[in-house]
Amino acid sequence: MRIRVAHLYPDYLNIYADRGNIAVLGRRAALHGHELAVESVGLGDGVRPGVHDLFYVGGGQDREQALIAPDLVLKSASIAEAIDGGAALLAVCGGYQLLGRGYRGRDGSVMPGAGIFPLETSAGSGRMIGDVLLECELEPGDRRTLAGFENHAGRTRLDPGAVPLGRVLHGFGNDGETGFEGCRVGRALGTYLHGPLLPRNPWLADWLLAQALAHATGGPPPALEEIPDDLAREAHRVAAGRARARGGRR
Amino acid sequence: MPGKLLWKLDPEAVDALAARLARGVALHSATNGKTTTAAMAAHVLGKRERLAWNRAGANLLSGIASALLTADGATMGLFEVDEAALPEAITRTRPSVVSVGNLFRDQLDRYGELELVAERWREAVRALPGETSLVLNADDPVVADLGEGRASVLRYGIDDRRHAHQSLQHAADSKYCLRCGAPYVYAAAYVGHLGDYRCDACGHARPSLDVTAREIELAGLRSSRFLLHTPAGEIPVELALPGLYNVYNATAAASLCLALGAAPAEIAAGLAGFHAAFGRFERIPVGSKTIVMLLVKNPAGANEVLRTLETGVPNTLVIALNDAIADGQDVSWIWDVDFEPLLPRARQVVASGDRAAELGLRLLYGGLPPDRLEVVADLESALDRGLALTEAGDSLVVLPTYTAMLALRGILTSRGIVEHYWEGAP
Repeated sequence: MRIRVAHLYPDYLNIYADRGNIAVLGRRAALHGHELAVESVGLGDGVRPGVHDLFYVGGGQDREQALIAPDLVLKSASIAEAIDGGAALLAVCGGYQLLGRGYRGRDGSVMPGAGIFPLETSAGSGRMIGDVLLECELEPGDRRTLAGFENHAGRTRLDPGAVPLGRVLHGFGNDGETGFEGCRVGRALGTYLHGPLLPRNPWLADWLLAQALAHATGGPPPALEEIPDDLAREAHRVAAGRARARGGRR
Repeated sequence: MPGKLLWKLDPEAVDALAARLARGVALHSATNGKTTTAAMAAHVLGKRERLAWNRAGANLLSGIASALLTADGATMGLFEVDEAALPEAITRTRPSVVSVGNLFRDQLDRYGELELVAERWREAVRALPGETSLVLNADDPVVADLGEGRASVLRYGIDDRRHAHQSLQHAADSKYCLRCGAPYVYAAAYVGHLGDYRCDACGHARPSLDVTAREIELAGLRSSRFLLHTPAGEIPVELALPGLYNVYNATAAASLCLALGAAPAEIAAGLAGFHAAFGRFERIPVGSKTIVMLLVKNPAGANEVLRTLETGVPNTLVIALNDAIADGQDVSWIWDVDFEPLLPRARQVVASGDRAAELGLRLLYGGLPPDRLEVVADLESALDRGLALTEAGDSLVVLPTYTAMLALRGILTSRGIVEHYWEGAP
């Protein structure tokens, strides 16, 4: 099966090794017997809802994010329609913030976002930097952990009733206070965790691929076969240990 | 460490000690090449001046304090300065020359975003008196921009299209016009985003060069040579160091020395006699084999190191990734390094260090066949494994991050292979 991926603004949003996430998705799709076709969607390019099974939005520096933010707002209705239609999405760090309703700077200025996730972000004093460990339950009864690294000045507040990606075991998370991290809307996930996220959390890569396959086939997400992941397990173990030892400290 | 103590007890003592230097102070900052560039300049200037110089790479204010305290009778100060410490170093040492080399993404968990560092530099330069000379790498848009509107600026760069990339590398940083935000068009991209850039939308472009490196010949991992065109005449440069990044370092050092009044012949002689700064590039004989150790610490620097390896024979490599504060606790930068061209040529790769598994994943996803990867977290075991895999007469290439380099050097020292050398925290 061909999984069609839209990688949004890869020339602008790539600060925390986002290409690692794409590499993992591509390689694992192949190991599962599928093909990942990644299309880069940049400034001025249109998004046709239904064409892409999976969207990826990486993190950028403030300057680069400001350069693409107006264009992203123009695409927001099409992206929302695609997500409503069952496409999967992963947005990391700056991409996560940009897909909320907006970002309020320290000077009070507001950079409008795409409004895909029911949340708002405002700049806080001091960055929240360090290793993070989350507990997630994307499928009822199936609890998993995610190990990553966060580095953000923004404090993200979910709307009442919004679903977080996970619960913070160690680290700061969305705002350093509520104990929640990230956000989920259907098959769309947003998170501050980079590192990059997927190499040491391959279960999440497979979850995203299964959701994308569901969109491609119109059926339910398929059960993907286990791939031997000893090295990823070891990397996860070490990263989780780092989060326990030094996550969430200022 | 008396400098640390002095810095804690009486920071203003740094101001007083610096003010005693009759021939003034020169500062050099950059993301990559600080230690090497300062050491090259010291090699040239040390023949005519008594230098207070932080040779050990301790480039925070405490390190400068140490160098000032221990340099009895010094006539001139020459200091490499951490990017974030440059504003305070300028305030305290009141330099006559400030040299800035490059700005790359580096340990974002420590330094923050590039724009943050750039803004600090701009503020520091704005506070400089008009007579202070700037020595700037014109090939870096952010660095070149520091010279806008200033009276005394020496701008340097490379002009040799044979060594340019076809396109910007993945880790290229300052890709968008400082004035209008449109993408720069590169007539030549040499190292990361360093090169001959121009914005077609508004016309902002690399300023004209005062010091230009041309006719560059790179001899693999061994050496390089090039011709420097300067306002004082041509300087032929022979370097016992590899890679285009060291051409930038030597051009920066030569420009800094010119700004301080050195003559072309002095510069040529000083650079020709220069050998690598500690841990940055070392050849260490171990019996019939040679360890070639090159420090890697961020995407742009690592990419240039890998580029010098591509021209050599297929190698056995030990790559060591630590994640202490001095290495950067965030290891995501390894995904921005272009390992891919190297991997098909590598005979065997040993991934090591505290984050060995993470590094192993990076290499596997980059296309290294699993049977050519060994993951050995312990540095000493990895070094021995690498040596065992290396045939007599061959070289083992070792690419460590900063604290892994210190640890590996410590292992070699305890075996009596290299001499002890103290280096402060970077």
